[in-house]
Amino acid sequence: MTAAAWTERLRTGLWKDNPGLVQLLGLCPLLAVTSTFVNGLGLGIATLLVLTFSNALVSATRRLIRPEIRIPIYVVIIASLVTCAELIFKAWFPALDRSLGIFIPLIVTNCAIVARAEIFASRNPIGASIADGLGMGAGFALLLMALGAFRELVGQASLAGFSFADSGFLLAVLPPGAFFALALAVALKNHIDGKPGR
Amino acid sequence: MEFARREAPHVASSASVASMMLQVLAALVPAALAHVWYFGPGFIFNFIVATVFCVGGEALMMRARGRDPRVALSDYSAVVTAALLAFALPSLTPWWVTATGALFGIVVAKHLYGGIGFNVFNPAMAGYVVVLVAFPMEMNLWVAPRMGDIDYVHPGMMQTLQYLLTGSLPDALGYDAISRATPLDAMQSGLRNMLTYQDVRTNPLMGDFGGRGWEWLGNLFAIGGGWLLIKRVIRWQIPTGVLLGLLVPASIMYLAAPGTNAAPGFHLFSGATILCAFFIATDPVSAATTPRGRLLYGLGIGFLIFAIRKWGSYADGVAFAVLLMNMAVPAIDYLTRPHIVGHPRKGDST
Repeated sequence: MTAAAWTERLRTGLWKDNPGLVQLLGLCPLLAVTSTFVNGLGLGIATLLVLTFSNALVSATRRLIRPEIRIPIYVVIIASLVTCAELIFKAWFPALDRSLGIFIPLIVTNCAIVARAEIFASRNPIGASIADGLGMGAGFALLLMALGAFRELVGQASLAGFSFADSGFLLAVLPPGAFFALALAVALKNHIDGKPGR
Repeated sequence: MEFARREAPHVASSASVASMMLQVLAALVPAALAHVWYFGPGFIFNFIVATVFCVGGEALMMRARGRDPRVALSDYSAVVTAALLAFALPSLTPWWVTATGALFGIVVAKHLYGGIGFNVFNPAMAGYVVVLVAFPMEMNLWVAPRMGDIDYVHPGMMQTLQYLLTGSLPDALGYDAISRATPLDAMQSGLRNMLTYQDVRTNPLMGDFGGRGWEWLGNLFAIGGGWLLIKRVIRWQIPTGVLLGLLVPASIMYLAAPGTNAAPGFHLFSGATILCAFFIATDPVSAATTPRGRLLYGLGIGFLIFAIRKWGSYADGVAFAVLLMNMAVPAIDYLTRPHIVGHPRKGDST
């Protein structure tokens, strides 16, 4: 792969086809864990790792997998990787593991990962698939971090645990705040890209 | 020769949005005066703050959307939103809470959905729910009604203003001296603490049917609402639906177990029941539009109010009930489309 192709894949994942902002994939963990910056960071990194490795494995085995049973095989690949990620979190980041709880195992069902396996990794060579996984994973992780930071800042007046004021606008850390924050982020991206049809 | 051809309808109503909104505001005046009499001057300040931020938010959003702000400001709908919000808030509410509710209602619930005519949710109730969820502490300071024999301190004009501006009471006043549970709060917690309905009724806050003061507000809302019905600003279906939807289950429960359920009269004359039936649920934009649909919409709101009061964690459920039924409006309108003359009815052989 050339450097230009790498940049193009990364740019697609980070901005142009960002899984959270444009494809609106993986919204369940995105909405549920972004109440603080650290949670967003933790789940973002876990998703980035799983997505990159699953893209690589799916791409490497794409000629062996029969199309009729491809989805179960993707799920098996992703589930094994998620189990690894979960054990890594349990071993080295127990506090983060407790705070993210069920959402680490639930990465298995993150539709962004299955979607990239199906749309991209199953039809492209390994190098491009790894680039796609890195770009999409980083795009998802950055969005999780941005939303987490925004909601923590507004809702609790703190960032990464450092408090600035006594109380914030409580709604931002409650579930509705996640929807509002995501909608604002999508609107901001559309605004930066210019109105559709122009 | 060519004739100018006009499409139907050929008889246009003289009603405009502005005239409807002004009539709604006029119908609210008696209750507003009573609110100030019973619960102090806080209502006036809340209304001023809410109006400033509703109208300001409306003007800003119209400008941001590239429209002429004067069009939106001349229809008074933002002022009606501000008035409903002021009625929903406790009379002692810090100004930033009121401002947050007003801005959220206008900017997010109204203009982000397309402005007047397009908003899915009732802006006043959306703003109220946001501050209710986001500022639980500030939204708890209800004063007792001013009735001769209720023993409590009545915050004066300057004391009210000081609380609204700073969010803390003057030194001379304590929270316990001025604030009381609302009648609905007292009833809900009383019934849950195994008191009987008749025991809770002996609380000095209770009047003939609902809470003291509150029931008079209810009467005045009903008079204003009746006037709106006569002027045909609102139709009968939604108020009837709300009242029936609340009173029928309340009556059944009360007849079945009179000790552990509030009487239907109490439900009717407490909280925002009548305000909701005539002024909130009848918002022409976010309510259902077909005649049968309006009745169903009202019934749903009434029943949800009852369910939230009886089983919910909030003492009054008007705002939540209205927002929930707002979500159901597209389905209700779709399912209750009126039969169009000349088209075959369902089941007709063609």
